[in-house]
Amino acid sequence: MPKVAVVAYGHTKFSNEDLKIESVLLRATKNLFDSTPNLEQKDIDSVLVSTNNNSKYLSAILSEMTGIQPKIAHSVESLCNSGTNAIVSAYSYIASGLADVILISGAERYDSPGQILEWDNMRGEFKHPIFWASIFSKAYKREYSISEEDLAIVPVKNHKHAKKNPNAFSQKTISIEDVLNSKKLTEDLRLLDCSRPCTGGASILLTSEEFCKKFCDSPIWITGIGQKTTSASFTKNQGFDKMESTKQAAQMAFQMSNHSSENIDVMEVHDAFSVCEPIALESMGFSESGGGIKMIKESYSSENFKINPRGGLLGTGHPLGATGISQTIEIVQQLQFKAEKRQVETASVGLVHNMSAAATSSTVLVLEN
Amino acid sequence: MNFETELKKGKFLVSECPFCKIIVWPPSDFCNRCLKENSWKECSCEGKILEFSKKENTIFCVAEIEKSLKILGEIISGTPEIGKKIKVVDCGITNNNYFFKMAIIE
Ligand SMILES: [Zn+2]
Repeated sequence: MPKVAVVAYGHTKFSNEDLKIESVLLRATKNLFDSTPNLEQKDIDSVLVSTNNNSKYLSAILSEMTGIQPKIAHSVESLCNSGTNAIVSAYSYIASGLADVILISGAERYDSPGQILEWDNMRGEFKHPIFWASIFSKAYKREYSISEEDLAIVPVKNHKHAKKNPNAFSQKTISIEDVLNSKKLTEDLRLLDCSRPCTGGASILLTSEEFCKKFCDSPIWITGIGQKTTSASFTKNQGFDKMESTKQAAQMAFQMSNHSSENIDVMEVHDAFSVCEPIALESMGFSESGGGIKMIKESYSSENFKINPRGGLLGTGHPLGATGISQTIEIVQQLQFKAEKRQVETASVGLVHNMSAAATSSTVLVLEN
Repeated sequence: MNFETELKKGKFLVSECPFCKIIVWPPSDFCNRCLKENSWKECSCEGKILEFSKKENTIFCVAEIEKSLKILGEIISGTPEIGKKIKVVDCGITNNNYFFKMAIIE
């Protein structure tokens, strides 16, 4: 299979700014151009946009606003894992020979319609994501005798990491007590257990092997891709203390890349809510079932940035269509040793886990330097 | 689809494939196994609690009905426990959202 590299990226600061979606896409893309000296508009042959925004024809609009006349141009939507779905589409266009240099831009506004899956009526009146998250938290805590206090380490760690990420929404340190004293949304979920919908954009440039050196001295290769969708309905999940789509996506990505969980030096995990991080770690094989929290606590106490160095979704904020791209950018920066204060010591293989709609669909990427 | 017309009247129907003999859920005109047309039958509305939590005074749960379909609804009477039997005692559509209200029956 032809090789596909990530060679450049751009990012906006995640915020609650009231900006048009087109401006967020443009800002993230301008940032990519500004940081990539050799890149000219004519180099880009395809443009993909990842968002849940209701505006139409965004890929053509972004292309016009940035002076690009692409061959392939379209949007990709898959709720919270739209970003990595766009990356997988771009990978395929390059691997098939249809394109060589693809710009992907993901963006969302704080009021994204992607937060509620209107179709999923089997959730009755309880369509807001806090309800599935409460069910997962309750099930996980009961099954493995985990306390609310145990789970609170997840936002504490991720806000700590986010403080070293200039693009993150959160710039403050929080304590276990802050989490436990934050607003109680349900019996099993507090405000600081939730990632925050926000306005933000992230852009990334993928190229074939032939073109990568023009833009970058240290291209990062996408060597593993796994995707699995088990259903669209939340209630179709088999059990609420594990993530089957994540498990299968990770197995595929490991198989394709010839790696296993032991080889991963750094990873971004889709912590939409506190409970998602340990369950995702367990489902991908990083720890045994029920052992995720222990792993997270050890990582926190040893000042290790291996899990969610960017600050995850909890610390960085969650502009749905930008999230998977922002996660990928973090792993690229880590593998290029450009993650500054968040840099892990050894970084040769990294992983991105991005999922949507109560873990009914997951994407796992493996990247290498 | 029959389902919503009947649900608006407070009647809980399920779609069933006459060929595969399975309940197809979420309700659909066609079977998701053989893609032939489903038939409709009235649901027994009985099942058990798989998981529950609470928002202020509202207890919500995932219930498994007729040992096959799962819904998220509100428990309006009784003390919830995993595995306890429930019955959907009220259902309908308000503001374009379905609702399912359940009572504990043991
Ligand atoms: Zn059938």
